[in-house]
Amino acid sequence: MKKFFISILVIFLLPTKSFGLIEVDITRGNLNPLPVAVSPLSIDENSRKSFEKILKKKNIEIEISTIVENNLRTSGLFNPLDKDAFLQAPDIANLKPRFEDWNLIKAQALITGKVNYFDDKLRVEFRLWDVLAGKEMMALAFTTVPNNWRRVGHIISDKVYERLTGEKGYFDTRIIYVSEEGPKTKRIKKLAIMDQDGANNKFLTLGNELVLTPRFNPTSQMVTYLSYFRNLPRVYLLDIETGMQEVVGDFPGMTFAPRFSPDGKKIIMSFAKDGNSDIYTMDLENRIVEKITDHPSIDTSPSYSPNGKLISFNSDRSGYQQIYVMKNDGTNVKRISFGKGIYGTPVWSPRGDLIAFTKLHKGKFYIGVMRTDGTGERLLTENFYQEAPSWSPNGRVLIFYRETKTDEKGEGFSAKLWSIDLTGYNERMVKTPTDGSDPSWSSLLSD
Amino acid sequence: MKLNKILKNAFLVVLACFVLSACATKKVSTGQMQGDVYTGTDTVEYLASGVPDRVFFATNESVLTTASRETLRKQAAWLRKNSDITVVLEGHADERGTREYNLALGERRANAAKDYLMTYGISSDRISVLSYGKERPVDSGSNPLAWSKNRRSVTVKAN
Repeated sequence: MKKFFISILVIFLLPTKSFGLIEVDITRGNLNPLPVAVSPLSIDENSRKSFEKILKKKNIEIEISTIVENNLRTSGLFNPLDKDAFLQAPDIANLKPRFEDWNLIKAQALITGKVNYFDDKLRVEFRLWDVLAGKEMMALAFTTVPNNWRRVGHIISDKVYERLTGEKGYFDTRIIYVSEEGPKTKRIKKLAIMDQDGANNKFLTLGNELVLTPRFNPTSQMVTYLSYFRNLPRVYLLDIETGMQEVVGDFPGMTFAPRFSPDGKKIIMSFAKDGNSDIYTMDLENRIVEKITDHPSIDTSPSYSPNGKLISFNSDRSGYQQIYVMKNDGTNVKRISFGKGIYGTPVWSPRGDLIAFTKLHKGKFYIGVMRTDGTGERLLTENFYQEAPSWSPNGRVLIFYRETKTDEKGEGFSAKLWSIDLTGYNERMVKTPTDGSDPSWSSLLSD
Repeated sequence: MKLNKILKNAFLVVLACFVLSACATKKVSTGQMQGDVYTGTDTVEYLASGVPDRVFFATNESVLTTASRETLRKQAAWLRKNSDITVVLEGHADERGTREYNLALGERRANAAKDYLMTYGISSDRISVLSYGKERPVDSGSNPLAWSKNRRSVTVKAN
């Protein structure tokens, strides 16, 4: 794990100028993804041999550019063009692109670059070009340990995304989720973590006990989750760097539905006692526990607003599960979901403007978003079963899990991770080695 | 003596309920469900002869049905006879609800059963509650009958 946290040195080759060049409208969906040419990085023979020896990768310059290409494609905002059509060699393109050549294949943006091995380090420089205007939009260089090569691809993707859309990217991030295997009646569940694009999958628990609902601390490499260790369902804290675990608080019963506060200093969760679930917080520094809701109904799935002042949660105090918002001290409780059906798992967008939720209506499950006062409800996707949306750190994409029906023969059940962007057009399955559920998106690692 | 009387009365009530529910069951076309509460015996195991180990619930509900109360009275009688036995009440939900809410719902169902056992004289010291939410279905089907079997509270011997 250690190597992961080595920071990446960023050198600005040229100051980033804004020319008012190409812009990508992020709210428009993939109706017109921007055609972009991602040229393979150029590399010298000595560097290639060194990387092959260290990383067991023959063509690191292609591997890195492929990461960039895949990231841009999955965002739905870009259309990376076929490399076979490229006319200019990578090394020359990086020095001075012949814009007519790139224009000919209808590229509007061009990414070029160079990778070399220097002083035991991997050094990458890359440039983003506006093909139509014939101008350089950005040039950056990174130096890092060779093992971080995938992250270099993600950071380039984030920089390009940010330069072209005006918003931060979400590619240099990880997903923690629950890996699922075995028959439905005896499902084996393990905590697993992977890069946002599915690479570097690792299991964090062995599957000896049931684990559910892992969530990232937005400010550190900590995770909170529910474990049935010794058949006592309790909220735990896990440091994914050291593997250290501890129970959160000393509750005489089940604690569940944990999440961090935006500053990472508190955990908010439910505690169930005598058939009643209420919401509590625990301060991780002074260990003080506070009861936030006090109602004979089920109050659960709490989530803070990004400024920490408000909390959304779901409660069945009206008879059915609905979404409520209250102040962080539990006062001023207001119901915000009034549409048809039942509503659950509210999660506040990191941008603060929307709440994502799960809705059940007439036997179908929906993932949707609404404004924080409950207006402007928009359903993004409908299916047999899906729930538990988690936001990308820039608040543009949701990851959730979807289950398929068991057929008459008792077959056909699966649980998979899916992502969808806020436009609702760009829906994709996120590949995992096993079945998966309960995904949680990390913050940007390099921010 | 008093206890005996209560038991006798309870037995009569039980008998009456049984007859009534049997009639009612016949009226429902599915045969194994009344409303959406499971009334069959496919998944039921027995703590002792004539003492079913589980009770079933309607969707989103934790209210004990007449049949459930009957089962729990049998469990209470058995627990009184076997005073060294402790039990875990395992509460479950079907797959048609969000995971976290279902954990709370399973806890609420198991506690409904616990409260009933306590009113029939079983000390809370002998009963613990464990919710599995929707994590441990007995029937892996995705249909109303399977879901009805999975909405349950199961009394499990703990020692």
